[in-house]
Amino acid sequence: MKDGKFLTLGIETSCDETAASVVADGRFMMSNIISSQIDIHTAYGGVVPEIASRKHLECINDVIERALKEADVSVKDIDLIGVTYGPGLVGALLIGVAAAKAMAYAADIPLIGVNHMHGHIAANYLEHHELEPPFMALVVSGGHTEIVNVPSYNSCEKLGGTRDDAAGEAFDKVARVIGLGYPGGPKIDKAAKEGNPEAIAFKRVYLEPGSLDFSFSGLKTQALNYLNSEKQAGREINVNDVAASFQEAVVEVIADKAVDAAVRYDQKRIVMAGGVASNSRLRALISAKASARGIDVLKPSPVLCTDNGAMIASAAYYAYKSGERTDYELDAVPGLEF
Amino acid sequence: MKEIKYRKLRLNNEEETRSLGLEIADALEPGDIVALIGDLGTGKTALTKYIAEGLGIKEEISSPTFTIVKEYKSGRLPLYHFDVYRLGSGEELLDIGAEEMLDGDGACVIEWADIVANVLPADSLIVKLDYGEDMGSRMAELM
Repeated sequence: MKDGKFLTLGIETSCDETAASVVADGRFMMSNIISSQIDIHTAYGGVVPEIASRKHLECINDVIERALKEADVSVKDIDLIGVTYGPGLVGALLIGVAAAKAMAYAADIPLIGVNHMHGHIAANYLEHHELEPPFMALVVSGGHTEIVNVPSYNSCEKLGGTRDDAAGEAFDKVARVIGLGYPGGPKIDKAAKEGNPEAIAFKRVYLEPGSLDFSFSGLKTQALNYLNSEKQAGREINVNDVAASFQEAVVEVIADKAVDAAVRYDQKRIVMAGGVASNSRLRALISAKASARGIDVLKPSPVLCTDNGAMIASAAYYAYKSGERTDYELDAVPGLEF
Repeated sequence: MKEIKYRKLRLNNEEETRSLGLEIADALEPGDIVALIGDLGTGKTALTKYIAEGLGIKEEISSPTFTIVKEYKSGRLPLYHFDVYRLGSGEELLDIGAEEMLDGDGACVIEWADIVANVLPADSLIVKLDYGEDMGSRMAELM
């Protein structure tokens, strides 16, 4: 406690980022340190786990120290430590979990293991201080494309998810084949602004009527087939048009299904989360479709869409307040479900 | 692994991909490895889904690119589904703790197996996938 505020330290190392943050009363960010590894990954065209683990190990203590310093607090002021224990890359997760457990034990601070995906949703509590469940959440990232009903702080009901590739993964793969490089999402978003979204008629994949699941693998194949046939015909490929048309086919389906879910569950708000929630076209389209149905769309700012420690702190805070506790047996669970 | 006929075949549609997946699933025993090699969009994840179906796995098989490996335990054998697209070498596969899965109680299906070929056992079933002559078809070579 400091100045009457309950302080949570959140630690996140599930994939690219080594991140730590101090959050007051589950809502107010006092610091948010993200040691971005994007330069290293750019060289490899993706997340390289071995490098990721080593990099996390090098960064973790420094990142935690900076988070405390920037918040102007010391370890003894911290009331709770929250850490991501899955899903993610096992070697990366283990480093955050080990650091959190060591600190919790040494300073006798309660510990909460947080599901990374719950963290993404909780990012919105930091951005929108008045937001409380219930709401419909749309979690879109490199590894996930999920529609989740959130009836209360500590319960999540997954209504649909991807049957093959995640949205962010589809962006990464297509960006790679059209030569845009990594990270695919932001690169496609940028190129699409210069392209025509109707240039190529990529099929929208809605699956069975009423399904809230997604499938992007076939769309990826359509894009590859298009590129091959253009190449064989000796035609020049307009990268911006491919990016715009592909992006439109992805985000239109996501926006439609998220709005459909909110309508069906009578939710008046859709809360976006995850890295792909930064995609400008998705944000615009979902807002337009939702407002036509009288539904509000809440979006976290881009820094809270990426992996960060603050969202983990917020999720940990609400779990702790509901009486949840995690013991020192906490282990990384790479395939953790929602 | 039970005997499986090494051959090259043309997969004209999803149903033929499914037949191949079910046939491979029937042959699998604990410790077996299926190495899938083929470009983006040649149907590696699709074939894996049908292998999983043949093993009696109930969960949805989605791409494991993000976490490198996903485990499924609801079938006749545990299935470890790898996608090593992001890895640089076989050594990196061992670094993430894959050894126990490769040499374990279940079957492994590895997408982009050419990347990690140097650490895979010689008796792995290799399935090479390629585009067929027309858009919908694929070629599969078992060896």
